[in-house]
Amino acid sequence: MRQRILISGRGGQGVLTLTRILAEAAAAAGHEIITSEAHGMAQRGAAVLSTVKVGAFHGPLISPGEAEVGLFLHAANLPVHGHYLRPDGTAFVNGMDMAGHAAVDATALASASGSPGSANLALLGYAAGKGGLFAGPACFEDAIRSVTSARHLGGNLAAFRAGVEASQ
Amino acid sequence: MTRRVLLGNEAIGRGIVECGCAVVASYPGTPASEILEAVLTFSGETGHPIHTEWSVNEKVAYEVALAASYTGKRAAVSMKQVGLNAASDPFMRSAYLGVKGGFLVVSADDPGPHSSQTEQDSRFYAMFAKIPVLDPSSPREAKEMVVLAFALSEEYEIPVMLRPTTRICHARQAVPLLEPIRDARAARFEKDPRRWAATPGAVLHLHRRLTEKLARLAADDRLAPTLVPGDGTYPHTCIIGSGVAFAHTRDVLEELGLSGKIDLHQVRVPYPLATTFVNEVRPAYEHILVLEETYPVIEMQLADRMIAGRGSRLVPAEGELTPEIIRSVLVKFLGLTPTAPAAVSTQPGARPTLCAGCGHRAAFYAIRETFPRGIFPGDIGCYTLGVNLGAVDTCHCMGASIGQAAGFYHAYAQDGTDFPTIVATIGDSTFFHSGIPALMNAVAQGARFILVILDNHTTAMTGHQPTPALGRTASGQPSQPILIRDMVRASGVTFLRELDPYDMEAFTTCLKEADRHCRRAGGGVAVIIASHPCVLQDKAALAGTARTLCVTEDCTACRLCLDDLDCPAIGWDEEADRPRIDRVACTSCGVCVYVCPVRAIVPGPGSRA
Repeated sequence: MRQRILISGRGGQGVLTLTRILAEAAAAAGHEIITSEAHGMAQRGAAVLSTVKVGAFHGPLISPGEAEVGLFLHAANLPVHGHYLRPDGTAFVNGMDMAGHAAVDATALASASGSPGSANLALLGYAAGKGGLFAGPACFEDAIRSVTSARHLGGNLAAFRAGVEASQ
Repeated sequence: MTRRVLLGNEAIGRGIVECGCAVVASYPGTPASEILEAVLTFSGETGHPIHTEWSVNEKVAYEVALAASYTGKRAAVSMKQVGLNAASDPFMRSAYLGVKGGFLVVSADDPGPHSSQTEQDSRFYAMFAKIPVLDPSSPREAKEMVVLAFALSEEYEIPVMLRPTTRICHARQAVPLLEPIRDARAARFEKDPRRWAATPGAVLHLHRRLTEKLARLAADDRLAPTLVPGDGTYPHTCIIGSGVAFAHTRDVLEELGLSGKIDLHQVRVPYPLATTFVNEVRPAYEHILVLEETYPVIEMQLADRMIAGRGSRLVPAEGELTPEIIRSVLVKFLGLTPTAPAAVSTQPGARPTLCAGCGHRAAFYAIRETFPRGIFPGDIGCYTLGVNLGAVDTCHCMGASIGQAAGFYHAYAQDGTDFPTIVATIGDSTFFHSGIPALMNAVAQGARFILVILDNHTTAMTGHQPTPALGRTASGQPSQPILIRDMVRASGVTFLRELDPYDMEAFTTCLKEADRHCRRAGGGVAVIIASHPCVLQDKAALAGTARTLCVTEDCTACRLCLDDLDCPAIGWDEEADRPRIDRVACTSCGVCVYVCPVRAIVPGPGSRA
């Protein structure tokens, strides 16, 4: 298994949480994993990018045009980070009516599930449910449990499952 | 053996605990902040007690850890690269005097830079100080190098630097976990004034010993570069890489179908570079490419004009070596057919902003509105983002706002005309770090300016580490609180006010009063402590209690709240043709209510959440 995934969003949207969940899920599934994430000033609302490389890679960054999958928590980030995707790559986008992309209103799904801050998990659920990631929903549920604090676990799982359901 | 997915900084922290380290000191700064936090976590998990501290600054952190090493115990200090500038005084001399217990200096570089005021290379600092430096290419290797660093430090009685970069610090990888060494050594400081208190007469001798140590290190086989050999496709040609640039080069060679086709050397110890390597590599190859971050440290030691690298400009002289840059360099160096240029970003991303409800926004807005022609020296932290509100004119290094405010005053005052109002802003943690000497200096030299200390009761930018004012240590133990107001008064300041900037009217009145103090006979520096807790820490307390704000029909669509306040909770409603307040993001701080000239922002009908 070799898969390069980029996670794009705004600081504060939960890009780091998704990065951790993907890393834990990949390690639990027995894959080599290396990731890169943005800390510091960018976390104050700037456009941020994380990369996740599953398989026998050495460095954490992804070259432009090489990512198989993109998770875009903010549709406005498509022109900012979309060039990292392969021409045949798949972008899962939090938004509506995105021509040529797998779009889902993850913010609305998260709100409806009672956890308005968990759009990141809803988008992950959608991508996993569509079979777009290196592992299926069950593997990610375990990773969510291992990464999330008890206080947020219920909300995160609800949003994730809402995303999975929306993908079917 | 158990493995766990760890951030590079966590891997380094884990390595420090496993090595039986007894004292670890740090000052937070991206990309190094998580190292001490990981030491705390793993010290607790493994039941291995360690003295950990968020010191007041990097110089103090360095001195605390260094003295612990003098007692024979293992000690470590971690910081970001510009922190080493602050710690450079004890750092330089520690090379000469050496150490007893293993002493690890972690200085995390930020090529790019992503969250720093320079992209300086700490390996040059190591070379300047004459201490060995290790350059990891992955989180896993960073942890292995912590072990190597402690061993070398004790064997050679020398501080050893580990120099990770942002892409190592903030990379995640599965890392093997080992049991910590149960180190039973007790503190025993053996007095040796000719060494530990060396006078200039003894320093020359110590310098000679240092030079000898370096020669032995350069001949130490364990530290020689390693080779991933090529198959002869590219004869007399090699690539020398270090750090994450080496890791990315391996991936890019694979993308190009060139894995195992060209000799690829990894330098793990960029200084001192192994003598045999230096002597053998140049005659062995006709074409050498060096890929390293961020300055040409290895390249300079090979000192050969035939080498392609940062110096020859085949590799850009500045910036991070991302895979796309490495790829374009390899295409040129190996004479490959250029492929279509890589796709590029078609839009810049959103810029960072102060959080919705941040107390700093209220203070910055009031400062700029009260003194439209003022000069605003700023400082390092979240509040550097006051630049978005036009209330930060300079940002240099930790504590510089106060020294610069004094310099601006003296330069204007000597012209004999009316001087402009100067308002310096500095955060609470930065004030403790290096603001206090500058404030004492300003008062002693008769400067006249307003200093606003933006006190959010934490070190927010780097992840909410405690300041000395909070009365608790890194591990959460109670300690003696040191109050900002006491430090200000002790610095000789006679005008001191403390208030919450959310009260915009009172805060504005206070700014005007402070300006009068600066200008009256016998006046001087006026200090206002703008006190409001960081909303990121207090979000839980806010949720469910505050009422939402909304925009009424009275709005004239003047856009002032949108354009002048830089609040992420205020957006534009295309349909209604007026601003819209994001119910999830808004904290109901009410600053926009004050700012709106027609009072069209009012508390809404429902409560949040």
